[in-house]
Amino acid sequence: MRRLASRRTLRLAGAAALAVAALTGALYWWTRAAPIAPLASLPPAPSSTALAAGARIVALGDCMVCHSAKEGAPYAGGLGLVTPFGTIYSTNITPDPATGIGRWSLPAFKRALREGASRDGHLLYPAFPYIHYTRMTDADIALAYGYLMTRTPVQVRQPENDLPLPLKMRPMLAFWNALYLRPGPAPAPAAETLETPAARGRYLVDTLGHCASCHSGLNLIGGERHPPFQGGTIDGWHAPALTRLAQEPNPWTRDELAAYLRGGLSPAHGAAKGPMRPVTERLASVPRADVEAIASYLMTIQAPAAAAAPAPPPAAPNSIAQGAALFGAACAGCHAASAPMMALAGRPALARSSALTGATATNFVQTVLGGIPWEHGSAVYMPPFAATLDDQQVAALAAYLRHGAGQPAWPDVPTTSATLRKELQP
Amino acid sequence: MSGIAIDRGRRALLKNGALLVGFSLLPAIARAELNAMGLPALVDARLPGSLKNTPLLDAWIQVAPDGKVTVCSGKVELGTGVRTALTQIAVEQLELQPGAIHFIGGDTARTPNEGFTAGSHTIADSGTALLHASAQVAALLRAGAAAQWRVDAGAVRLDAGNVVGPNGRRMHYGAALKGLDAAGLHRIASATSPLRAPGAYRTIGTSVPRVDIPAKVCGGAAYVQDLRLPGMLHARVVRPPRLGATLMSVDTAAVARLPGVRKVVHDGNYLAVLASDEWRAILAMRALTDAARWTGGTPLPAPGAIHATLQALPAQDIVILQRGAPGAAGAARGPAVHARYTKQYVLHGSIGPSCAVGQLVDGTLTVWTHTQGVYPLRAALAELAGMPIDRVRCIHTEGSGCYGQNGADDVAADAALLACAMPGVPVRVQLMRDQENLWEPYAPAMVTTVRAALDGNGRIAQWDYDVWSGSHNERPGNAGKLVPAWLRARPILPSPSLPMPQPEGGGDRNALPLYDIPNARVVNHFLPVTPLRTSAMRSLGAHLNVTAIESTIDQLAALAHADPVQFRLDHLRTSPRAQAVVARAAAMFGWRAGAATRARRGRGFGFGQYKNLMAYVAIAVDVLYDPDRNTVRILNVVCAADCGQVVNPDGARNQLEGAIIQSASWTLQEQLQYGAGGIASSDWSSYPILRFPGVPDRIEVALLDQPGLPFLGVAEAAQGPMAAALANALAQATGVRRCALPLLPAH
Amino acid sequence: MTIPLTVNGRQHAVAADPGTPLLYVLRNDLQLNGAKFGCGLGQCGACTVIVDDKPVFSCLAPVGALTGRAIRTVESLGSAAQPGPLQAAFIAHQAAQCGYCIAGMLMRAQALLERNPHPTETEIRRHMEPNLCRCGTHHRILAAIGAVAKQGQP
Repeated sequence: MRRLASRRTLRLAGAAALAVAALTGALYWWTRAAPIAPLASLPPAPSSTALAAGARIVALGDCMVCHSAKEGAPYAGGLGLVTPFGTIYSTNITPDPATGIGRWSLPAFKRALREGASRDGHLLYPAFPYIHYTRMTDADIALAYGYLMTRTPVQVRQPENDLPLPLKMRPMLAFWNALYLRPGPAPAPAAETLETPAARGRYLVDTLGHCASCHSGLNLIGGERHPPFQGGTIDGWHAPALTRLAQEPNPWTRDELAAYLRGGLSPAHGAAKGPMRPVTERLASVPRADVEAIASYLMTIQAPAAAAAPAPPPAAPNSIAQGAALFGAACAGCHAASAPMMALAGRPALARSSALTGATATNFVQTVLGGIPWEHGSAVYMPPFAATLDDQQVAALAAYLRHGAGQPAWPDVPTTSATLRKELQP
Repeated sequence: MSGIAIDRGRRALLKNGALLVGFSLLPAIARAELNAMGLPALVDARLPGSLKNTPLLDAWIQVAPDGKVTVCSGKVELGTGVRTALTQIAVEQLELQPGAIHFIGGDTARTPNEGFTAGSHTIADSGTALLHASAQVAALLRAGAAAQWRVDAGAVRLDAGNVVGPNGRRMHYGAALKGLDAAGLHRIASATSPLRAPGAYRTIGTSVPRVDIPAKVCGGAAYVQDLRLPGMLHARVVRPPRLGATLMSVDTAAVARLPGVRKVVHDGNYLAVLASDEWRAILAMRALTDAARWTGGTPLPAPGAIHATLQALPAQDIVILQRGAPGAAGAARGPAVHARYTKQYVLHGSIGPSCAVGQLVDGTLTVWTHTQGVYPLRAALAELAGMPIDRVRCIHTEGSGCYGQNGADDVAADAALLACAMPGVPVRVQLMRDQENLWEPYAPAMVTTVRAALDGNGRIAQWDYDVWSGSHNERPGNAGKLVPAWLRARPILPSPSLPMPQPEGGGDRNALPLYDIPNARVVNHFLPVTPLRTSAMRSLGAHLNVTAIESTIDQLAALAHADPVQFRLDHLRTSPRAQAVVARAAAMFGWRAGAATRARRGRGFGFGQYKNLMAYVAIAVDVLYDPDRNTVRILNVVCAADCGQVVNPDGARNQLEGAIIQSASWTLQEQLQYGAGGIASSDWSSYPILRFPGVPDRIEVALLDQPGLPFLGVAEAAQGPMAAALANALAQATGVRRCALPLLPAH
Repeated sequence: MTIPLTVNGRQHAVAADPGTPLLYVLRNDLQLNGAKFGCGLGQCGACTVIVDDKPVFSCLAPVGALTGRAIRTVESLGSAAQPGPLQAAFIAHQAAQCGYCIAGMLMRAQALLERNPHPTETEIRRHMEPNLCRCGTHHRILAAIGAVAKQGQP
């Protein structure tokens, strides 16, 4: 009896697979992008005004963040984006004719942003957030194009993506696009709302900033969850819920958020770390009004205050004492109230940092284990402690600092530490 | 007013007390030189090198009865390798291996007084003295053995610690002394010496491995930080939050009760704590910091306006060059260049914050210190501690590289005060990173303006140059130059700051272009009082002056439609050695006139003869500019240097490579952060310097050896040319000439 | 309190508070000169030692956290009389000016070579970034490490 059922199941499964394949094939056939003819030569350079405007768009869109590797040339790609599905390497978008976008016309560039298709027609992985860029205006896309086509051409072919075989079949993406891509620019807002910072901010957040790509969770096939901004995970860091910034134990105000975004350092909350740091470095170069617009918009999407969750058990007292001893040797040189970094540079107390007051230990552990690396032009730096402290010691530090911040202990920090430690670079 | 006001100088110098007997009889140049270099009085100007101040042979070279040789120098090892180089010079004619002698540098009880180890004077002054003293001692040893053997002195020779006579007779150097009269080596040096011909050198001119490196690489005790004396206490100081702040209250009793604390010192605004254990001293320092309440503080100028602030301060205007008819700029016949170059305050940034150990035993105070000048420091510490000068001993013990006056003298003063507070007990004082950064005397911010014009034939016709700078020399002599002296309840004030006269100069060091210019005027606007504490840092004013001069030369060359290298050669015809290094660097680089330019790529040239007296250095660089990150990648640096007779070629190359990288860091990115709240550069994150990823891809150094010619100081000679080469390269790479250092500030 | 520590292969029982940074225990209790105080903030690397095969800033490592872990300082690589391969390379290249940063450089480099015996120059530069040299000895340090990298015997 069972054998019969299994054979039947097999036949059904086979039929289902065929159907999906056929459907995907049909979908791909229907939606496939034709190759667009390459340019014979680079387009003329835009005016200096257009160039500056394009620089602003590209900074707001964080293009350089993903399309540059740490030691590589800017926009030449090569950054490995670790996704749940494998590693995708960003492509070379310098105007190199052979290995970059040097032969791309404006229509080809526009199609990539609106529809996630390359010049030669192959579909792009949604690690490239075209579902957000699709809503850019024509004018902004043209400005970004003009700017990128004047960057330094670099001839380099980046590594092949490291994905399992089924996902290497790009036509599958047509299926994904059918579910998640709503191509075309955002509907033009009513004239009277155009001028408010929040309205401008909404455009920046939803399209160029693509904040939902990190700050919303992803479902099983990589689609963004709805409603957006409820919090997500990126590169092992927790991207907090943007709808609860005003409810954090150290609540954010619009001005604090703008200061953080623009300088990577908030006097009230501390330094930008992890994946947000390069975003704040780009935002340091855009007009202040843009950053204030983003902050204004985010303040309008704050959820009403939720009921307090039941308090987890407090940390064991000897854990706190051990953490205090560790803090005195490992941390106090910078983080004690009278330490020069605090007293002279005016950094906020650790109790005000969202990494410490957040609901999970993830960002705290990431910061302690990995530190904050040296970046040219930034005064923010923290040494890594992965080789100095084991998981239990990290937990003791957490217990001591959470206690000092008047926060309940996080559960099971040693496990969080052990897990995140594995993903650190050597 | 022009010139140095004599009365002012004498008043200031009399304050420095014992060093200056008979001082006022000396010519102005020597007097100012004394002030600048801390030297003792001249005894016999005919004697070579520092023998002119310390003429006794056995002050320099001692031979014990058992034949062991000790070499003494007043110059100290700062990490530049001079210990090895001076040893090479001393052993050359004594026919000894470098490891066979005992070398002592900088001990007020043991060595000559050669003032400060500074200004690239060491090989020229101390090396020359040792070259001659060792030659004369060698002759005396030969004479002493020959007298005992009753043979002609020409029939004996020295060989590795023995005098060897005819028929294979030998006696060691100690025995040879017996053949001399009772004075032995205790005799005044002659003005001339039987010198070995440079062609016959066996040690001088070879790359003898540095004698101090093995210990440093293998964990040997090498620094004052490694000194451990029995019963030694560890001390930490608490400095005010900013200069001029006043201590309102501090509960020292609570700190004194902390575990391990032996004493808390409170004297006016001066605070320190001594403990039996170093970590406990640090914890007590933190507690003492928390317990102290301060008020006030001297306001600082806005950094953005510092250069305007400096130019508006009272100045002594000193004309250091007036040639032909300059300033007839209205009558200039050719194209002209007019520019203003500026530099920000730069931190010495010694890797190891300063440290000293002091001990007061039976009325004698000994301080182990990495000061650059043990004798001037001794005078200052004696004044500070209220002791006779002969009851104070300063023993130089290495620290990390200082590159000029850092916190070494201040912490020596801390050690002296705290040792006096705990008689009998050795006290080790270590400054914290922020204390070193916030209180060290910085390299001064400076301004220069230049107006230069060509004649109708493409040659430089007019040159008008002005430089504004605060003091580049605040070294003690006077206790009032030391931070602890300012903080005590009864402060000692610093003696007035004095300009450093030409030909060496301070802010005006290398302000005189070496180029052939018929009409020139150069004025040094010395600012005796400036807002931040400043003092000497490697090359002093030469860093900015050479940058300004060389940038102007490039611009004039462009106006003359001439290649920058050829233009320099054409204007250096009176200095063949200068032309040689320029030509050599250009050849090493592959510099071709009229080479095509490429986007974001630039090549730049820089030349200077340090102080117009010392080493000649020419540098060419090749850079790639990244407009997206606003950074520069230095692809290639070539350097040609002529420092006269080279003593240790690898040592000289090491110094030049290091100077190139250090100057690149200063020039591209370094500036002190400060503001209304005080100095902000308390650590490396608030004062970033070049790290491994940023150092040039390639550096090549060639030495143009000049056997037999005088030694020329080389350690500071590359700072200016490297900065200039970078400024010129960046101008080509970006199409924009930047006149403000640092060239690519972080933010 | 006595803290058991394993340093350069030997067991020690150190009388120190568990919250004492390793740097001071090494220098004062064990009289080891190699690791140096440069900043106490993890910014310069002069205090670098190896703990369980990884480079660590000893100025920020509490001794109480290091029981049972293998601590190695520059003294474990060799002596002036018998320098180890990396030390010999530094001496041969005269890779030091003031030398204050060098012990930290050696330990940082040693940790790399044990993990990757043949690093490229780019890999070496990136790995050495946490360690500062103010004298500008970088090229000789890279050359010395590179010489050992070519031989492949750390």
